[in-house]
Amino acid sequence: MSTTENPTSTPVRPLWQSASLPPGAPSNVQPPEGQDLITINFGPNHPSTHGVLRLIVTLDGEVVVGLDADIGYVHTGFEKNFEQKTYWKGIPYAPRMDYVAFFANELAYVHAVERLIEIDVPERARWIRTLFAELNRIHSHLIYLGTSGVELGAISLFFYCLRERDKVLDLFEMVTGVRMHDRYPQFGGVAEDLPKGFYAEARKFCDDMPRRIDEYIDLVAGNSIWIDRYQGIGCITPEMAIAMGLSGPNLRACGVPYDIRRATPYLVYDQLEFDVVTADKGDAYDRLMCRVKEMYESVKLIEQCLDSMPGGPVMSDDRKYVLPPRSELQTSMESLIHHFKLVTEGFRPPAGQLYEAIESPRGEFGCFLVSDGGPKPWRIHFRAPSFVSLQVTAMMSERRYIADLIAVVGSLDGVMGEADR
Amino acid sequence: MSADELAAAVEAAVPGALEAHSDAADMPTLTVRRESLLDVCRHLRDALGRNFLSAVSAVDYLGYGEEVAGYFGTERGRDINRTGSWGSAETPEPMPHRFAVYYHLAHIDMTETAPPDRVRLRVWLDEGESVPSVVEIWPTADWHEREQYDLMGIEFSGHPNLKRLIMPSDWDGHPLRKDYPIGGEPVQFTDAI
Repeated sequence: MSTTENPTSTPVRPLWQSASLPPGAPSNVQPPEGQDLITINFGPNHPSTHGVLRLIVTLDGEVVVGLDADIGYVHTGFEKNFEQKTYWKGIPYAPRMDYVAFFANELAYVHAVERLIEIDVPERARWIRTLFAELNRIHSHLIYLGTSGVELGAISLFFYCLRERDKVLDLFEMVTGVRMHDRYPQFGGVAEDLPKGFYAEARKFCDDMPRRIDEYIDLVAGNSIWIDRYQGIGCITPEMAIAMGLSGPNLRACGVPYDIRRATPYLVYDQLEFDVVTADKGDAYDRLMCRVKEMYESVKLIEQCLDSMPGGPVMSDDRKYVLPPRSELQTSMESLIHHFKLVTEGFRPPAGQLYEAIESPRGEFGCFLVSDGGPKPWRIHFRAPSFVSLQVTAMMSERRYIADLIAVVGSLDGVMGEADR
Repeated sequence: MSADELAAAVEAAVPGALEAHSDAADMPTLTVRRESLLDVCRHLRDALGRNFLSAVSAVDYLGYGEEVAGYFGTERGRDINRTGSWGSAETPEPMPHRFAVYYHLAHIDMTETAPPDRVRLRVWLDEGESVPSVVEIWPTADWHEREQYDLMGIEFSGHPNLKRLIMPSDWDGHPLRKDYPIGGEPVQFTDAI
């Protein structure tokens, strides 16, 4: 890996060096007036915009001098939809926001509701959730790594990443029956226990995966395409990153070791050993390497889950909130009544509001839930890390080549489904 | 830090800034007067270390604590025979104003992984009123405030670029408001054929 400083790595805009901002909106750069400039539409349908992100770019030759982002092309009204559904029926909606980190999204929603109704989740269910949260992290980082390669013109890494991604999805399919959007975590536990043969398959995956990550690092770390296109591009200081609300790997790449799994442990992360991966330069290359190295940690976490997963039930037995098992419906009148009430009316949590944040592969994914005591959420608001991180595109690509803009957008790992909701 | 300690620290720096404070299940909640919001935020960031703004969320409390949308009943109880009758476990206290804007703040340590010490600020406002923008304190608020302006119709005074972010720029109404209809919206983009 080359350690020479890229000559273009000196930040141009003073705002990168301090947390003080010039007047104007931080997320758009006003083009200068009176020059011979060209304004182009970048997207919304462009292979490098990770979905439908439209950037209105003002160019001076090849250099970006003005940028305004236009999002909302896949706005689906998730938050409004949640308000019309009982809590149960909201679970399948959550993973469809960030379709790459689907499990993290439903986990945040389920955690928020569980905290509201104060239900106890059995130990085994918490371990299973941790396992799948980490599998999902690997899934998300693989997609990120592959697509960021495609943006730089390196297609083969994409195929390698999708090969491993498929193995992750096979594991999901084995347990949940579907490859994505699984509705597997439910209030009070997980839908079903792990099937026979899962441990063997998961172990096989864990044995195989570190070698594959080694391969990716071999492909990326010494590759002059990545070094030239990523090192020194999209730099941000830790102070500015915090001020701009970056979280997750984007923030850790600046050297800030903030990881919600460690800072406020949820699930069973307090019983597991893992390192918080950080880097120090805060450029696109560091963001990439942070994510790649996080995959090692995720594999370690999955192995620990497999080693020490306790036995026992995977679902709480609080029938006021939890669907009774299918088998009881034929024999027990009470189960039938509970099932009917839960499916038709749902349950009624106490009134109040709470904010529950988890570490999604993209950063702090928060779920702000307001309840009025009725069976549907009064208001639900998701803090989407992609939405927040895409804001820095403008300040990162100002006075840079348009090719660097593509590297910047890719390195921030935004998923438009989550940003637009 | 509990809500009492936090409120005392804020009150000492900005007297009369708080309307109420409480310890919610997840984090302390401070209800801030609108006119003192910027002073409180600045104090929280500079003196109390809340350097990270997680999210700005606006809530429309139209009809909250009253007859819930979909609740049909009499004094004797819920009319379970009527379609769409849902009911509530309890009738919550009505809220003093129609809208609330919530700010979720956290402390992020630059060098070590520490608990984020979250705190929630709440600002009340009614239709036609505006809340000061916190973009100058946490620049990340830029899109958060634009989103809430767009979907909930909250005016953030002093925002440098307050325009619609998510809905099309010529959209009518603010979809997340409780009086925005579900279904029956006019079909969009028909003139493009």
